[in-house]
Amino acid sequence: MADFNDPFAAMLALQRALESRRESRWMQGGTTGMGAYPPTNIFQKGDDFVAVIELPGMDKSDLQIEAKDNTIRISGKKAMDYDQNASVHRRERVFGTFDRTISLPVQIDADTIRAEYRDGILALFIPRAASEKPRTIKIN
Amino acid sequence: MTDQELQVQQKREVERDQESTSSGTNFLPVTDIFETPEALRVVLEMPGVGKNSVEVSVENNVLTIIGRIDFSNYKGLQPLYTEYNIGHYSRSFRLSNEIEQEGIKAELKDGVITLVLPKAERAKPRRINVS
Repeated sequence: MADFNDPFAAMLALQRALESRRESRWMQGGTTGMGAYPPTNIFQKGDDFVAVIELPGMDKSDLQIEAKDNTIRISGKKAMDYDQNASVHRRERVFGTFDRTISLPVQIDADTIRAEYRDGILALFIPRAASEKPRTIKIN
Repeated sequence: MTDQELQVQQKREVERDQESTSSGTNFLPVTDIFETPEALRVVLEMPGVGKNSVEVSVENNVLTIIGRIDFSNYKGLQPLYTEYNIGHYSRSFRLSNEIEQEGIKAELKDGVITLVLPKAERAKPRRINVS
């Protein structure tokens, strides 16, 4: 991957990598597909995975995450927080409920998934199941 | 309104009159704008933008907001499956009201920035009586 010391090069490399992975077949075998809310990117980090999900303006208490086997379910409600008396110039933000299931095509350790919500981004740190981790094989 | 099921909104890229000198894609933040008798409230969604990474300016009645993503958070991550691209956010609006520049307030919370632009005294609405 790119050298992150140069912020412009880092941005370009990442934008290109994200674009070229748009046609990725990684999740194609499963029933869960793209297009559902919230928009999700999945990365590999060492042996493990990180799901980066854009969910701006959520209340943490309105967000539920469940994990079982190799599926993760994210559901919640994005509530409107405006003074209804104001006169509208422009309305582009959307509010409502969502419920999305993501199935990873690999075995994961559902019990040790860690979630972080910061700056409107939900990050799920998903460890690969121990049985799936590569082992070094010694030659006797 | 809140029982509606949420749909994905595709990110819109910033279109410029001139080409910018730095390459890379910038996105238009999704925006709501409301007006109250005292102020204009501008609410922009910029997921991934942290505090100290937002610039707000008003010049010649044009409000400009720039939000920058910290790409170092993506260090060591290899994309496997992606649905959206990331990039800095920027957007400008021509203001219909005169604004008290010194009174502009900005608050960033969970990737949503709320700007309160107080109207200048002479720009406040007057009730017009029909005689």
